[in-house]
Amino acid sequence: MNGMSNRKTGEVILDVQNISLSFGGVKALTDISFDVREHEVRAIIGPNGAGKSSMLNCINGVYQPQQGQITFRGQHFRHMNSRQVAEMGVARTFQNLALFKGMSVLDNIMTGRNLKMKSGLLAQALRWGPAAREEIAQREFVERIIDFLEIQLHRKTPVGRLPYGLQKRVDLGRALAMEPQVLLLDEPMAGMNVEEKQDMSRFILDVNDEFGTTIVLIEHDMGVVMDISDRVVVLDYGKKIGDGTPDEVRNNEDVIRAYLGTEH
Amino acid sequence: MGFFLETLFGGLMAGMLYALVAIGFVLIFKASGVFNFAQGAMVLFAALTMARFAEWIPRWTGLDNMLLVNLLAACVAAAAMVVVAWLVERLVLRHLVNQEGITLLMATLGISYFLDGAGQLLFGSSTYKIDVGMPKDPMIVLENVFPGGLLLSKEDLYAAAMAAVLVVLLSLFFQKTKTGRALRAVADDHQAAQSIGIPLARIWVIVWSVGGLVALVAGIIWGSKLGVQYSISLVALKAFPVVILGGLTSVPGAILGGLIIGVGEKLSEIYIGPMVGGGIENWFAYVLALAFLLVRPQGLFGDKIIDRV
Amino acid sequence: MFYRENGQFKTSYQSDLQIFPIAQDRIALALFALVAFVAVPMLASDYLFRAVLVPFLILSLAAIGLNVLVGYCGQISLGTGAFMAVGAYAAYNLNVRIEGMPLLLSLIGGGVCAMAFGILFGIPSLRIRGLYLAVATLAAQFFTDWFTNRVAWVTNGSSSGSVSVSALSLFGLPLDTPARKYLLCLSLLVLLGLAAKNLVRGAIGREWMAMRDMDVAAAVIGIRPVYAKLSAFAVSSFIVGVAGALWGFVHLGAWEPAAFGIDKSFQLLFMVIIGGLGSIVGAVFGAAFIVLLPLFLNFVPHWLGLAISTGTASFLEHMIFGALIVFFLIVEPHGLAALWATARQKLRLWPFPH
Repeated sequence: MNGMSNRKTGEVILDVQNISLSFGGVKALTDISFDVREHEVRAIIGPNGAGKSSMLNCINGVYQPQQGQITFRGQHFRHMNSRQVAEMGVARTFQNLALFKGMSVLDNIMTGRNLKMKSGLLAQALRWGPAAREEIAQREFVERIIDFLEIQLHRKTPVGRLPYGLQKRVDLGRALAMEPQVLLLDEPMAGMNVEEKQDMSRFILDVNDEFGTTIVLIEHDMGVVMDISDRVVVLDYGKKIGDGTPDEVRNNEDVIRAYLGTEH
Repeated sequence: MGFFLETLFGGLMAGMLYALVAIGFVLIFKASGVFNFAQGAMVLFAALTMARFAEWIPRWTGLDNMLLVNLLAACVAAAAMVVVAWLVERLVLRHLVNQEGITLLMATLGISYFLDGAGQLLFGSSTYKIDVGMPKDPMIVLENVFPGGLLLSKEDLYAAAMAAVLVVLLSLFFQKTKTGRALRAVADDHQAAQSIGIPLARIWVIVWSVGGLVALVAGIIWGSKLGVQYSISLVALKAFPVVILGGLTSVPGAILGGLIIGVGEKLSEIYIGPMVGGGIENWFAYVLALAFLLVRPQGLFGDKIIDRV
Repeated sequence: MFYRENGQFKTSYQSDLQIFPIAQDRIALALFALVAFVAVPMLASDYLFRAVLVPFLILSLAAIGLNVLVGYCGQISLGTGAFMAVGAYAAYNLNVRIEGMPLLLSLIGGGVCAMAFGILFGIPSLRIRGLYLAVATLAAQFFTDWFTNRVAWVTNGSSSGSVSVSALSLFGLPLDTPARKYLLCLSLLVLLGLAAKNLVRGAIGREWMAMRDMDVAAAVIGIRPVYAKLSAFAVSSFIVGVAGALWGFVHLGAWEPAAFGIDKSFQLLFMVIIGGLGSIVGAVFGAAFIVLLPLFLNFVPHWLGLAISTGTASFLEHMIFGALIVFFLIVEPHGLAALWATARQKLRLWPFPH
């Protein structure tokens, strides 16, 4: 199934230009440029250590690139901080599941709503009128996400106790709770079996379909990538070696060489 | 100028003494990841054992060669500290493997309360003497440079020398021996060290014994200078900011931190003290450490805390 | 058999979000409130009020405050005594310097001053973490010890360094009996405890817990670390400040700086750990444990007919206390609150084993 179905990909919503990132002497990213169109599913692939997570971390304000800039909806900036990025409508999941282990599933996803919650400290302490209503309204929203991800049974369980596949869903749920325009997914299917991958693919496509969320996704499973993405960026050793539709990329010689591993 | 130099020297010496206690901390933290709140109590316990046995041995055996008596008492005290280390590992550390930092901190606080009570129960709570032959008379130096010369304490100099020797021995131990390497591995990651076959329990007993022996040396020096009394364990609280300043994982850091704090305290008390009614020594070390941490959160030589997401 | 949720279906989010969703809990709570507010004042002896109940209530309040900071937000603080001191001395100054100052306003004023102090000493937490922060909080403790000792203005020029308050009255009603003091403390504990519970189960509570569990991820969600940490310090020190003011005014009556020294900080930290980090009711359990333990330790030798000198008794107390702390940390690191939760779980199944 080709991810194109009934969505219209729109204008460029995220534009990454000439990003270079180094840590000490190690160059993680060299002069990377690509764009992401609204409503599309954009995959970033590449062998291990290619710099894919670092790229997401740059988009998301966790790392500050030394060179280049990122444009989001026409707004240029060089140094984003995580909170500003979150406020602008970019959410992400993490490769290593940065869930809040001490909290329940419900509470974890509710933290994703924090940006939208406006009650002050005193109002919350008294739990009067508006504060109580806001809590309930946000709970409703989160429950819809919980329904969508089919984790109702586990809503009060501390996330630390859930199996890995379910934790990944909670991570996705927390990102969805932010009502993002762009969703950055860092290996959402790592460590999953075939059934779980099918479930996760279905969720990702549903999110893209129903809410029109633009998805940027790092993934190793080629089958999944070819199936659900509209366009693909290929990185290797911090450089871009391919950019195009799944078919174009599949037949790109540089890409094949990178994966099969000839001389560098 | 002469007075300033005397104060400076006094501060350096005091700092050296703090550093002695701090080194014990750092060792235990490096190898077991535990911030040992009980270090001060260990210093007191070691000093008490030494002082009392130095009294009792002549009484029980009629031995009157002070050197021999002190040596024997020191051996008993060292043995006692090894027993304490063994008990701590067996009863506490073994059951708290991989618990969070705050749990371990609280556990050592509990150990500290226990040791305080036990020490005073076994050995009494008055002030006791330790006399290891440290010269008590001051010496006067540089008489031709400053009128009347500078008044320095011989005892402090001896203490500094002992501390220096101790540090050198410890560094050699850590860097050059197999056990030292194992200790460093354990400090890095308990589970990984276990999985390559390092006997965690034995390592911890060794580490805490070494910490205990360092506490004994500190106890002898402090006790000789101030007399062995309960307040020693409170003075040891001062070693915390020393360790923080130097970085929790660095022995040279502990020494440098101790010197900085010792000097800083003395100078601020003499020069700023009169302006605000005195007593600055009680908090200066902490505020200094705090201010320093704001600039460099991991201390002078500590390991940077890196979070991976 | 009795403690079942059968038939108690939640049909609205509002009912699911209650603090006590199970009906049996609510009944038990009502009974408990009846006993606490009505029966105890009528039946308890003066000694019980003075030596057990009032300190227990005030320390519970302080422990709740500390738990907000340490248990929910994960910022270790060893300087709680200092915050209590600030609350107590600020309340004292308000009381003594302003003619006719109502008691409640003094107490709240003490809390507000402690809050300002807390925010100030919370600023380092933005840069410093973990054990380093713990030792940095000691700076607050020792500085305050010195400040309240040396700066004459704080003690209103008292020559002995100690201050006292007398003739407390609330809305015109004199608080002259232990029972009335008890009710004041109980009411404040209930009010502030409820407010704290509301905070921790609301949005800010989740922010605090997010900071505790993984602060890097929290920033990515849009949580402002500065606001989260400083608000935790603010709320925590307000509550601790009020508790400190109560401790001085109601429990001690007259005090000097040593009353709020580092021993108090450790005592409160023990309460929070033993009671259970991240649990409001746990703080209360912890306070009960720490208040009752010395009494129990004093009582047992007496009961066994052993005569021990006070010195020995105090050393033994130290040893037993230390040993119990360690024992507790090994056996139930999540504290009495976890034991309580387990007991209730078993109760839900009773009389069946599983």
